[in-house]
Amino acid sequence: MKHNLILRVIAKYLFPVIALFAFYVQFHGDYGPGGGFQAGVILSVAFIFYALVFGLKTTEEILPPYVLRILASCGVLIYAGVGVVTLLIGGNFLDYNRLALNPAAGQHIGILVIELGVGITVSSVMLMIFYAFAGRGRS
Amino acid sequence: MIDTLIDITLLAFLAITALAIIRMRNLFVIIMLFGLFSLHSAGLFVVMDAADVAFTEAAVGAGISTVLMLATLALTGNHEEKRPAHHARLPLLVVLVTGAALVYGTYDIPSFGDPASPAQTHIAPYYIAHSMEDTHAPNIVTAILASYRGYDTLGEVTVIFTAGIGVMLLIGGRLMRKYKHEDER
Repeated sequence: MKHNLILRVIAKYLFPVIALFAFYVQFHGDYGPGGGFQAGVILSVAFIFYALVFGLKTTEEILPPYVLRILASCGVLIYAGVGVVTLLIGGNFLDYNRLALNPAAGQHIGILVIELGVGITVSSVMLMIFYAFAGRGRS
Repeated sequence: MIDTLIDITLLAFLAITALAIIRMRNLFVIIMLFGLFSLHSAGLFVVMDAADVAFTEAAVGAGISTVLMLATLALTGNHEEKRPAHHARLPLLVVLVTGAALVYGTYDIPSFGDPASPAQTHIAPYYIAHSMEDTHAPNIVTAILASYRGYDTLGEVTVIFTAGIGVMLLIGGRLMRKYKHEDER
Protein backbone atom coordinates (compact mmCIF):
# COMPACT_ATOMS: atom_id res chain seq x y z
CA MET A 1 0.00 0.00 0.00
CA LYS A 2 3.03 2.23 -0.30
CA HIS A 3 1.67 4.30 -3.20
CA ASN A 4 -1.86 4.84 -2.02
CA LEU A 5 -1.85 8.58 -1.33
CA ILE A 6 -5.38 8.86 0.11
CA LEU A 7 -4.81 6.02 2.57
CA ARG A 8 -1.51 7.50 3.69
CA VAL A 9 -2.98 10.95 4.32
CA ILE A 10 -6.03 9.55 6.12
CA ALA A 11 -3.85 7.26 8.23
CA LYS A 12 -1.74 10.21 9.38
CA TYR A 13 -4.84 12.08 10.52
CA LEU A 14 -6.55 9.04 12.05
CA PHE A 15 -3.57 7.89 14.11
CA PRO A 16 -3.72 10.73 16.71
CA VAL A 17 -7.52 10.45 16.88
CA ILE A 18 -7.39 6.71 17.66
CA ALA A 19 -4.58 7.26 20.19
CA LEU A 20 -6.48 10.11 21.86
CA PHE A 21 -9.60 7.93 22.11
CA ALA A 22 -7.47 5.20 23.69
CA PHE A 23 -6.23 7.62 26.34
CA TYR A 24 -9.79 8.84 26.94
CA VAL A 25 -10.95 5.26 27.50
CA GLN A 26 -7.92 4.64 29.72
CA PHE A 27 -8.37 7.57 32.08
CA HIS A 28 -12.16 7.74 31.94
CA GLY A 29 -12.57 4.11 32.96
CA ASP A 30 -13.82 4.96 36.47
CA TYR A 31 -16.66 7.05 35.05
CA GLY A 32 -17.75 5.34 31.84
CA PRO A 33 -17.36 2.04 30.05
CA GLY A 34 -13.79 1.11 29.37
CA GLY A 35 -10.58 0.75 31.29
CA GLY A 36 -7.04 -0.39 30.83
CA PHE A 37 -7.78 -3.50 28.79
CA GLN A 38 -9.92 -1.81 26.16
CA ALA A 39 -7.66 1.24 26.03
CA GLY A 40 -4.60 -0.95 25.51
CA VAL A 41 -6.26 -2.75 22.62
CA ILE A 42 -7.34 0.52 20.98
CA LEU A 43 -3.87 2.03 21.32
CA SER A 44 -2.29 -1.04 19.74
CA VAL A 45 -4.88 -0.82 16.94
CA ALA A 46 -3.61 2.70 16.17
CA PHE A 47 -0.07 1.33 15.68
CA ILE A 48 -1.31 -1.72 13.74
CA PHE A 49 -3.24 0.60 11.40
CA TYR A 50 -0.07 2.64 10.92
CA ALA A 51 1.88 -0.54 10.21
CA LEU A 52 -0.69 -1.75 7.67
CA VAL A 53 -0.43 1.49 5.69
CA PHE A 54 3.22 2.50 6.10
CA GLY A 55 4.79 -0.92 6.49
CA LEU A 56 6.14 -2.84 9.45
CA LYS A 57 9.67 -1.52 9.09
CA THR A 58 8.63 2.13 9.52
CA THR A 59 6.56 1.23 12.57
CA GLU A 60 9.44 -0.72 14.10
CA GLU A 61 11.62 2.37 13.73
CA ILE A 62 9.07 4.42 15.69
CA LEU A 63 8.43 1.72 18.29
CA PRO A 64 11.20 -0.92 18.30
CA PRO A 65 10.33 -4.45 19.50
CA TYR A 66 12.76 -4.27 22.43
CA VAL A 67 10.89 -1.21 23.79
CA LEU A 68 7.68 -3.25 23.64
CA ARG A 69 9.26 -6.09 25.62
CA ILE A 70 10.38 -3.64 28.32
CA LEU A 71 6.96 -1.92 28.37
CA ALA A 72 5.07 -5.22 28.62
CA SER A 73 7.03 -6.19 31.74
CA CYS A 74 6.76 -2.64 33.15
CA GLY A 75 2.95 -2.81 33.08
CA VAL A 76 2.84 -5.96 35.20
CA LEU A 77 5.52 -4.48 37.49
CA ILE A 78 3.48 -1.27 37.96
CA TYR A 79 0.42 -3.31 38.90
CA ALA A 80 2.24 -5.62 41.30
CA GLY A 81 4.31 -2.64 42.51
CA VAL A 82 1.16 -0.89 43.74
CA GLY A 83 0.45 -4.01 45.79
CA VAL A 84 3.96 -4.02 47.22
CA VAL A 85 3.75 -0.29 48.04
CA THR A 86 0.50 -0.82 49.95
CA LEU A 87 2.18 -3.68 51.82
CA LEU A 88 5.14 -1.45 52.71
CA ILE A 89 2.99 1.35 54.12
CA GLY A 90 1.15 -1.09 56.34
CA GLY A 91 -1.94 -2.22 54.45
CA ASN A 92 -2.94 -5.44 52.74
CA PHE A 93 -1.76 -6.33 49.24
CA LEU A 94 -3.58 -3.98 46.77
CA ASP A 95 -5.36 -2.17 49.62
CA TYR A 96 -5.65 1.23 47.94
CA ASN A 97 -7.16 2.98 50.97
CA ARG A 98 -3.66 3.46 52.39
CA LEU A 99 -2.26 5.22 49.30
CA ALA A 100 -3.53 8.65 50.35
CA LEU A 101 -4.64 10.35 53.54
CA ASN A 102 -8.34 9.70 52.93
CA PRO A 103 -9.57 6.36 51.50
CA ALA A 104 -11.47 7.97 48.58
CA ALA A 105 -8.34 9.62 47.16
CA GLY A 106 -6.36 6.44 47.81
CA GLN A 107 -8.85 4.33 45.87
CA HIS A 108 -8.79 6.86 43.04
CA ILE A 109 -4.98 6.79 42.78
CA GLY A 110 -4.84 3.01 43.11
CA ILE A 111 -7.41 2.34 40.38
CA LEU A 112 -5.81 4.88 38.04
CA VAL A 113 -2.31 3.44 38.46
CA ILE A 114 -3.23 -0.23 38.13
CA GLU A 115 -5.39 0.54 35.06
CA LEU A 116 -2.35 2.28 33.59
CA GLY A 117 -0.33 -0.88 34.21
CA VAL A 118 -3.03 -3.01 32.55
CA GLY A 119 -3.15 -0.65 29.56
CA ILE A 120 0.62 -0.61 29.05
CA THR A 121 0.92 -4.40 29.24
CA VAL A 122 -2.10 -5.12 27.00
CA SER A 123 -1.11 -2.63 24.28
CA SER A 124 2.51 -3.76 24.14
CA VAL A 125 1.67 -7.48 24.21
CA MET A 126 -0.88 -7.04 21.39
CA LEU A 127 1.71 -5.15 19.34
CA MET A 128 4.37 -7.75 20.18
CA ILE A 129 2.10 -10.51 18.86
CA PHE A 130 1.31 -8.46 15.74
CA TYR A 131 5.02 -7.79 15.11
CA ALA A 132 5.78 -11.47 15.57
CA PHE A 133 3.11 -12.55 13.05
CA ALA A 134 3.68 -9.79 10.51
CA GLY A 135 7.48 -9.97 10.78
CA ARG A 136 7.69 -13.63 9.78
CA GLY A 137 6.30 -13.13 6.31
CA ARG A 138 9.07 -10.67 5.44
CA SER A 139 11.93 -13.06 4.82
CA MET B 1 -40.97 -3.87 22.21
CA ILE B 2 -38.14 -2.15 20.33
CA ASP B 3 -35.62 -4.14 22.39
CA THR B 4 -37.22 -7.42 21.33
CA LEU B 5 -37.16 -6.30 17.71
CA ILE B 6 -33.46 -5.40 17.90
CA ASP B 7 -32.73 -8.68 19.69
CA ILE B 8 -34.48 -10.73 17.00
CA THR B 9 -32.75 -8.82 14.19
CA LEU B 10 -29.29 -9.19 15.73
CA LEU B 11 -29.81 -12.87 16.54
CA ALA B 12 -31.04 -13.49 13.00
CA PHE B 13 -27.93 -11.79 11.60
CA LEU B 14 -25.80 -13.85 14.02
CA ALA B 15 -27.39 -17.08 12.79
CA ILE B 16 -27.04 -16.05 9.13
CA THR B 17 -23.36 -15.18 9.66
CA ALA B 18 -22.73 -18.51 11.42
CA LEU B 19 -24.40 -20.44 8.58
CA ALA B 20 -22.43 -18.45 6.00
CA ILE B 21 -19.18 -19.29 7.85
CA ILE B 22 -20.06 -23.00 7.68
CA ARG B 23 -20.92 -22.83 3.95
CA MET B 24 -17.86 -20.79 2.94
CA ARG B 25 -14.61 -22.40 1.84
CA ASN B 26 -12.58 -19.21 1.25
CA LEU B 27 -10.55 -18.46 4.39
CA PHE B 28 -10.32 -14.71 3.73
CA VAL B 29 -14.12 -14.41 3.56
CA ILE B 30 -14.47 -16.54 6.69
CA ILE B 31 -12.17 -14.23 8.67
CA MET B 32 -14.21 -11.20 7.56
CA LEU B 33 -17.40 -13.00 8.61
CA PHE B 34 -15.84 -13.79 12.00
CA GLY B 35 -15.33 -10.05 12.49
CA LEU B 36 -18.96 -9.45 11.52
CA PHE B 37 -20.05 -12.15 13.99
CA SER B 38 -18.14 -10.41 16.80
CA LEU B 39 -19.67 -7.06 15.87
CA HIS B 40 -23.18 -8.53 16.08
CA SER B 41 -22.35 -10.08 19.46
CA ALA B 42 -21.13 -6.68 20.63
CA GLY B 43 -24.44 -5.18 19.51
CA LEU B 44 -26.31 -7.82 21.52
CA PHE B 45 -24.22 -6.99 24.61
CA VAL B 46 -25.11 -3.30 24.20
CA VAL B 47 -28.82 -4.22 24.08
CA MET B 48 -28.27 -6.16 27.33
CA ASP B 49 -26.74 -2.99 28.89
CA ALA B 50 -23.30 -4.61 29.24
CA ALA B 51 -21.38 -1.71 27.69
CA ASP B 52 -17.97 -2.79 29.03
CA VAL B 53 -18.30 -6.30 27.62
CA ALA B 54 -19.53 -4.93 24.29
CA PHE B 55 -16.56 -2.58 24.18
CA THR B 56 -14.12 -5.45 24.73
CA GLU B 57 -15.88 -7.69 22.21
CA ALA B 58 -15.82 -4.97 19.54
CA ALA B 59 -12.18 -4.04 20.17
CA VAL B 60 -10.76 -7.55 20.59
CA GLY B 61 -13.16 -9.79 18.66
CA ALA B 62 -13.87 -7.56 15.68
CA GLY B 63 -10.63 -5.58 15.71
CA ILE B 64 -7.44 -7.24 16.90
CA SER B 65 -8.27 -10.90 16.26
CA THR B 66 -9.35 -10.15 12.68
CA VAL B 67 -6.02 -8.43 12.03
CA LEU B 68 -4.08 -11.27 13.69
CA MET B 69 -5.97 -13.90 11.69
CA LEU B 70 -5.31 -11.96 8.49
CA ALA B 71 -1.60 -11.82 9.41
CA THR B 72 -1.67 -15.58 9.94
CA LEU B 73 -3.44 -16.03 6.61
CA ALA B 74 -0.66 -14.03 4.92
CA LEU B 75 1.81 -16.60 6.32
CA THR B 76 -0.11 -19.77 5.55
CA GLY B 77 -1.71 -18.81 2.24
CA ASN B 78 -5.34 -18.51 1.30
CA HIS B 79 -6.03 -22.13 0.33
CA GLU B 80 -9.58 -23.10 -0.34
CA GLU B 81 -10.53 -26.36 1.23
CA LYS B 82 -12.42 -28.78 -1.00
CA ARG B 83 -16.05 -29.35 -0.18
CA PRO B 84 -16.41 -32.84 1.35
CA ALA B 85 -18.10 -35.27 -1.00
CA HIS B 86 -20.11 -37.29 1.50
CA HIS B 87 -22.87 -36.04 3.80
CA ALA B 88 -22.03 -36.05 7.49
CA ARG B 89 -25.19 -37.64 8.90
CA LEU B 90 -23.86 -38.92 12.23
CA PRO B 91 -22.18 -35.61 13.27
CA LEU B 92 -25.38 -33.77 12.31
CA LEU B 93 -27.38 -36.09 14.58
CA VAL B 94 -24.94 -35.60 17.48
CA VAL B 95 -25.05 -31.82 17.04
CA LEU B 96 -28.86 -31.77 16.89
CA VAL B 97 -29.21 -33.90 20.04
CA THR B 98 -26.66 -31.77 21.94
CA GLY B 99 -28.35 -28.58 20.78
CA ALA B 100 -31.76 -29.87 21.84
CA ALA B 101 -30.35 -30.79 25.27
CA LEU B 102 -28.86 -27.29 25.64
CA VAL B 103 -32.14 -25.62 24.65
CA TYR B 104 -33.94 -27.88 27.14
CA GLY B 105 -31.41 -26.78 29.77
CA THR B 106 -32.19 -23.10 29.18
CA TYR B 107 -35.72 -23.64 30.54
CA ASP B 108 -34.17 -24.12 33.96
CA ILE B 109 -32.09 -20.94 34.09
CA PRO B 110 -33.61 -17.73 35.50
CA SER B 111 -34.96 -15.24 32.98
CA PHE B 112 -32.81 -12.27 31.91
CA GLY B 113 -32.51 -9.62 34.63
CA ASP B 114 -34.42 -11.68 37.20
CA PRO B 115 -33.71 -10.01 40.58
CA ALA B 116 -34.20 -13.34 42.42
CA SER B 117 -31.59 -15.23 40.41
CA PRO B 118 -28.54 -16.55 42.34
CA ALA B 119 -26.19 -14.21 40.46
CA GLN B 120 -28.15 -11.17 41.68
CA THR B 121 -28.63 -12.23 45.30
CA HIS B 122 -25.10 -13.31 46.28
CA ILE B 123 -22.75 -10.28 46.51
CA ALA B 124 -24.10 -8.09 43.70
CA PRO B 125 -26.42 -6.15 46.10
CA TYR B 126 -23.39 -5.27 48.24
CA TYR B 127 -21.48 -3.95 45.21
CA ILE B 128 -24.47 -1.89 44.04
CA ALA B 129 -25.08 -0.44 47.50
CA HIS B 130 -21.52 0.20 48.67
CA SER B 131 -19.20 0.53 45.65
CA MET B 132 -19.65 4.31 45.53
CA GLU B 133 -18.68 4.88 49.17
CA ASP B 134 -15.96 2.19 49.09
CA THR B 135 -14.15 3.14 45.90
CA HIS B 136 -15.67 6.45 44.70
CA ALA B 137 -15.70 5.11 41.14
CA PRO B 138 -19.07 5.75 39.45
CA ASN B 139 -18.58 2.80 37.08
CA ILE B 140 -19.32 -0.29 39.19
CA VAL B 141 -17.65 -2.58 36.65
CA THR B 142 -14.35 -0.72 37.05
CA ALA B 143 -14.78 -0.67 40.84
CA ILE B 144 -15.22 -4.46 40.93
CA LEU B 145 -12.46 -5.27 38.41
CA ALA B 146 -9.83 -2.86 39.70
CA SER B 147 -10.57 -2.66 43.41
CA TYR B 148 -12.70 -5.49 44.84
CA ARG B 149 -11.15 -8.10 42.57
CA GLY B 150 -7.71 -6.57 42.15
CA TYR B 151 -6.05 -9.96 42.60
CA ASP B 152 -8.05 -11.45 39.70
CA THR B 153 -7.13 -8.57 37.40
CA LEU B 154 -3.47 -8.88 38.37
CA GLY B 155 -3.72 -12.54 37.41
CA GLU B 156 -5.35 -11.62 34.08
CA VAL B 157 -2.59 -9.14 33.24
CA THR B 158 -0.02 -11.80 34.08
CA VAL B 159 -1.83 -14.23 31.76
CA ILE B 160 -1.70 -11.69 28.90
CA PHE B 161 1.98 -11.05 29.61
CA THR B 162 2.67 -14.80 29.60
CA ALA B 163 0.80 -15.16 26.30
CA GLY B 164 2.99 -12.45 24.80
CA ILE B 165 6.15 -14.17 26.05
CA GLY B 166 4.91 -17.47 24.62
CA VAL B 167 4.35 -15.98 21.16
CA MET B 168 7.73 -14.25 21.26
CA LEU B 169 9.49 -17.50 22.19
CA LEU B 170 7.67 -19.53 19.56
CA ILE B 171 7.74 -17.33 16.46
CA GLY B 172 9.18 -13.91 17.23
CA GLY B 173 12.74 -14.67 18.26
CA ARG B 174 15.12 -11.73 18.46
CA LEU B 175 18.10 -13.65 17.07
CA MET B 176 16.26 -14.64 13.91
CA ARG B 177 15.18 -11.06 13.35
CA LYS B 178 18.73 -9.79 13.86
CA TYR B 179 20.22 -12.17 11.32
CA LYS B 180 17.52 -11.21 8.85
CA HIS B 181 18.41 -7.54 9.18
CA GLU B 182 22.07 -8.30 8.60
CA ASP B 183 21.20 -10.27 5.47
CA GLU B 184 19.29 -7.29 4.13
CA ARG B 185 22.28 -5.05 4.55
